[in-house]
Amino acid sequence: MAERLRERIREAAGRAAPLRLRGAGSKDFYGGTLRGEVLDTRAHAGIVDYEPTELVVTARCGTPLAELEGALAAQGQMLAFEPPHFGSGATLGGCVAAGLSGPRRAAAGALRDFVLGARLIDGRARELAFGGRVMKNVAGYDVSRLLAGSLGTLGLILEVSFKVLPRPATEHTLRLELPQHKALESLNRWAGAPLPVSASAWRDGELWVRLSGAERVVRAAALKLGGDALEGAHAGRFWSGIREQTDPWFAGDVPLWRLSLPSAAAPLELAGAPLIEWGGALRWLRSRADAATVRAAAAAAGGHATLFRGGDKAAGVFAPLAPALARLHRELKAAFDPAGVLNPGRLYPDF
Amino acid sequence: MGEALPVAGRERQRAVAQALRAFLPERAVLWQEEDTRPYECDGLTAYRQVPMVVALPETEAQVQEILRACHALQVPVVPRGAGTGLSGGALPPGDGVLLSLAKFMRIVRVDPVARIAVVQPGVRNLAISDAAAPYGLYYAPDPSSQIACTIGGNVAENSGGVHCLKYGLTVHNVLRVRGYAADGEPLDFGAEALDAPGFDLLALVVGSEGMLAVATEITVKLLPKPPAARVVMASFDDLQKAGDAVAAVIAAGIIPAGLEMMDRPATRAVEEFVGAGYDLEAAAILLCEADGLPEEVEDEIAKVKEVLTRAGATRLTVSRDEAERLRFWSGRKAAFPAMGRISPDYYCMDGTIPRKRLGEVLGFIGDLEKKYGLRCPNVFHAGDGNLHPLILFDANDAGELKRTEAFAAEVLEKCVAVGGTITGEHGVGVEKINEMCVQFGSEELELFHAVKRAYDPAGLLNPGKAVPTLARCAEFGRRHVHAGALPHARLPRF
Repeated sequence: MAERLRERIREAAGRAAPLRLRGAGSKDFYGGTLRGEVLDTRAHAGIVDYEPTELVVTARCGTPLAELEGALAAQGQMLAFEPPHFGSGATLGGCVAAGLSGPRRAAAGALRDFVLGARLIDGRARELAFGGRVMKNVAGYDVSRLLAGSLGTLGLILEVSFKVLPRPATEHTLRLELPQHKALESLNRWAGAPLPVSASAWRDGELWVRLSGAERVVRAAALKLGGDALEGAHAGRFWSGIREQTDPWFAGDVPLWRLSLPSAAAPLELAGAPLIEWGGALRWLRSRADAATVRAAAAAAGGHATLFRGGDKAAGVFAPLAPALARLHRELKAAFDPAGVLNPGRLYPDF
Repeated sequence: MGEALPVAGRERQRAVAQALRAFLPERAVLWQEEDTRPYECDGLTAYRQVPMVVALPETEAQVQEILRACHALQVPVVPRGAGTGLSGGALPPGDGVLLSLAKFMRIVRVDPVARIAVVQPGVRNLAISDAAAPYGLYYAPDPSSQIACTIGGNVAENSGGVHCLKYGLTVHNVLRVRGYAADGEPLDFGAEALDAPGFDLLALVVGSEGMLAVATEITVKLLPKPPAARVVMASFDDLQKAGDAVAAVIAAGIIPAGLEMMDRPATRAVEEFVGAGYDLEAAAILLCEADGLPEEVEDEIAKVKEVLTRAGATRLTVSRDEAERLRFWSGRKAAFPAMGRISPDYYCMDGTIPRKRLGEVLGFIGDLEKKYGLRCPNVFHAGDGNLHPLILFDANDAGELKRTEAFAAEVLEKCVAVGGTITGEHGVGVEKINEMCVQFGSEELELFHAVKRAYDPAGLLNPGKAVPTLARCAEFGRRHVHAGALPHARLPRF
């Protein structure tokens, strides 16, 4: 199968014909324009190696994320970054290419933090392997982490090895009523103390906090934080709604902006109330404000803004890069994909 | 010893020093051999080269000017922090400038609310935690040389430590790196936010061994200091059983703060040296640390004891207080200086293997001890599979040196063969550059060179390190390893 994918890329590169690398298409909405003939990666599927006591799983790009998570759950383990699926059938390849992490990100780390190694096919149809299946590896540049969030512009991600973690023994969710600035202040204070906060979400004057870990620790923290406890199934549905953006807050067609900010940044003076995750470091905004206004506010707060869903992509989906970084992006793209056939325009319009 | 500059190079040296003196004070440009000699090597002393010129800038503007001037003159530049690196990553260029960041020692800002520290690259690893301590915070990665090594060097090497299974490596704990490209262009990777737009260039620059950019300011994450920590010391009468016990701890859903193993030759050497209270009859001992809230630690220690007992531990001791905890660790941290006491020289390897292959690899090393007639105690970051076999030899005996090289070569090849890597945390530098030919194929190496060219088309920044040329791989065919002993022999390591 990998050979067939290579052949398609070799052939497309030969005639400089753009290819659109695609798994289940659950994240078609994300990123810049979709161009080129679809190259479906789903047939290259399956878990290659999973050794729970090594805390490492290796799987092919077409493996459904749900299947992978199921296999881990059967051994009491998980992908700690809680990747959003954004639709049934979401694949591992798409998950890594999008590089998105879910509610546990602020506590456990991002997708890229758990990538240990990868195989890819670059734009010259070479099958390359970087990193490995071990926890520590500093041989060569860290190309496998670079693939996380590259949206398929550097290569077709064939196979990825992840560090996995045990599922927490206990999870407990609390709800508190707090205005935005108080919620931000509390979240930053708690993050500076040894408390087992594993997720947070604030919207419309309510703050949800998830505690994870050993039972005694979770119980003690719950007493300390106060608020109302949410019953387990209810809590599960709530966090799934945040992770998959099926929570009613995300409904409607007003453009959805993703603002990545320093967690302690003050509430932004932008029209529309946010939904805040990651202890304050991720702020979703429904707003028809023009892109320049949103981006300027994010930049002033020390972060950046992405037009995540909807809206007018003509103004650019991702925050424009400083000239020096833009040049590095173009040079790296040329190093991986000299003919520029892999997902052109998906990340930035110029490559 | 590296050669002093040949007469032919003197003119070039004068020209470069003069170009730098145009904007640097006299004390910041060293070129006389008595001044440049101290920079001839880093922690890997087997490789020495006196640099043509040493530059000691104090400001970012000066760093930029140095890079611009060197770029204009096409002079190689090698950045250096404290020089404690173990792979020769800061080996100077005989025809270039050693750029010391030693004067960049300022902690710019500690923000206890945002839980970050903004520091200059010459700040020592431990100094960050010291500065954060009043707020109950600390910087997690703790390479054992943390009293001396700098954060700039940690970023270059993606340094680990004994707590990285739970708390991650440098790459997991750095938010932002500001610095300059080889031509002096300012660069800013990452952000004080948790991510930045575009490719993850922050992940790429961490561990790039000073070949892509020169860092001048680094923002790190600070974590709340765990209020409690205790360590279990367990004895095993068999190495494989100890390896299986590590797997059993992980299988029980525990991620210990630290999980270290030492074999009997290693414990015997350190016990004589520091008196850590190790069980000298055990074939191997495991140190397993739990940290967190007191009740969390109590529960985890109970669970660990149960798992280790079931796994066949012959003796279990739990640290009763902080003094005892530190005493248990003192032996582990003194493993390297202890080897220095029982052998004139020792050669440290840094392979990482899948943990399940531990028994096989240790057996293989045992066979090699007989084959080469050399002793090789083992210390092992068991939690993350990072093995540090220490070959004991006498560098004055040419035969032993040669046998050590061959021994080490076989061990590293074995690490690759079982699915591991030639370096878990010390970097490639010049030391393992030939092993890179074993670890990677020519196409991967070609891509590494292309990545390097994207940042540094002229190839001036730390040239010749970390990634071998294809010609070099062809020439060496099978690689060969040079031995090196450590300076600062009493500095805790690994």
